Amino acid sequence: MRTSKFIIAFLSVFALTAFAMPKEYNDGYKIGDVADDFKLKNIDGKMISLSDYKDVKGYLVVFTCNSCPYAVAYEDRIIALDAKYKEKGVPVIAINPNNPDVQPKDSYDKMKERAAEKGFTFPYLLDEGQTVFPKYGATRTPHCFLLEKTANGNVVRYIGAVDDNYQDVSAVETTFVENAIDAMLSGKEIEIKNTKAIGCSIKV
Amino acid sequence: MKYLIAVFITVISFGCKETGAQNSAVSENGDFAFGAEPKHVIEGVNQSVKVYDFEGLQKLLNRKDERTYVVNFWATWCKPCVAELPHFEEINDKYRDKNVEVVLVSLDFPAKADELLIPFLEKKHLKSKVLLLDDPKMNEWIPKVDNDWSGAIPATLIFNKNNRAFYEKSFTFMELENALKKAL
Repeated sequence: MRTSKFIIAFLSVFALTAFAMPKEYNDGYKIGDVADDFKLKNIDGKMISLSDYKDVKGYLVVFTCNSCPYAVAYEDRIIALDAKYKEKGVPVIAINPNNPDVQPKDSYDKMKERAAEKGFTFPYLLDEGQTVFPKYGATRTPHCFLLEKTANGNVVRYIGAVDDNYQDVSAVETTFVENAIDAMLSGKEIEIKNTKAIGCSIKV
Repeated sequence: MKYLIAVFITVISFGCKETGAQNSAVSENGDFAFGAEPKHVIEGVNQSVKVYDFEGLQKLLNRKDERTYVVNFWATWCKPCVAELPHFEEINDKYRDKNVEVVLVSLDFPAKADELLIPFLEKKHLKSKVLLLDDPKMNEWIPKVDNDWSGAIPATLIFNKNNRAFYEKSFTFMELENALKKAL
């Protein structure tokens, strides 16, 4: 009797969750979800997909842009992350999710300019048609998604901010992304998997 | 050691004196105080902005008095935020005698407040109360404003002692007024 009650309870919870969480884009990816690949235009005109990278252990996908001061405040840190982790198999892939018609500072040409000015060492892709950021559930710039390349696909391991101090690099206490990548690469449990930060809403 | 203590006491009493002076200036301006000490005040020619950390702001967010608070998180560089500011001003004006208080919490970079926020306020002459939130520990305080807030702005919290609703979105005037009416 107790067992059957338990089974019924389990099934109803399962049914409820199944209905409550349709496979839509609304909420985006959660930790542990498999992220879809994409094909987006880089600033050099080439189309880039995650699957183009053969010998990597993962990707740091960063939704970022030219126009948001928070994103700009993190540019140098994102370049530093790419420098540190590309050779360890976790390259940065930056994606501008904004609609350039709404925010002209984030146009494809302006992206090229900004990347050249800052010397971006990673692809800077335009989410043309804005189909990728809703899938990921990015809501702001900058917004990081750490993916681990596994036999089952690219699994989301961390979602959130780069670190805990946008104002002052020297006052950073917790380097969320670095800690997450280090743990991922050494096969350890990532301690902080989700963080929040103020950012500019994505312009649609 | 004695010397150190003396220095310490002098520093402390200086500190207090300064805050005291700021406070009286604040009430003379008819500006608001919600029971928290600002960290400091940024003075412009005609406008000044009080700067709070989240601990200070939380005292406002936890208020349970007769008023309804409309707390909007914005920044001068946030286009949709600036676009909806007139709606908040209109609410502030229209509902002033209905115990509604609009507070505009700027998330401008504190280091650039002189350059961006103060000139913006001097130009716009906002009637609503404006304060600057300077607290880099965003991952700690964002969920305390609302658990569902991703951190994107604009975002607005409307609350009184009975109701509390959070909106991570831009408002038209009508949407904002309807959201307020739900709380009243």
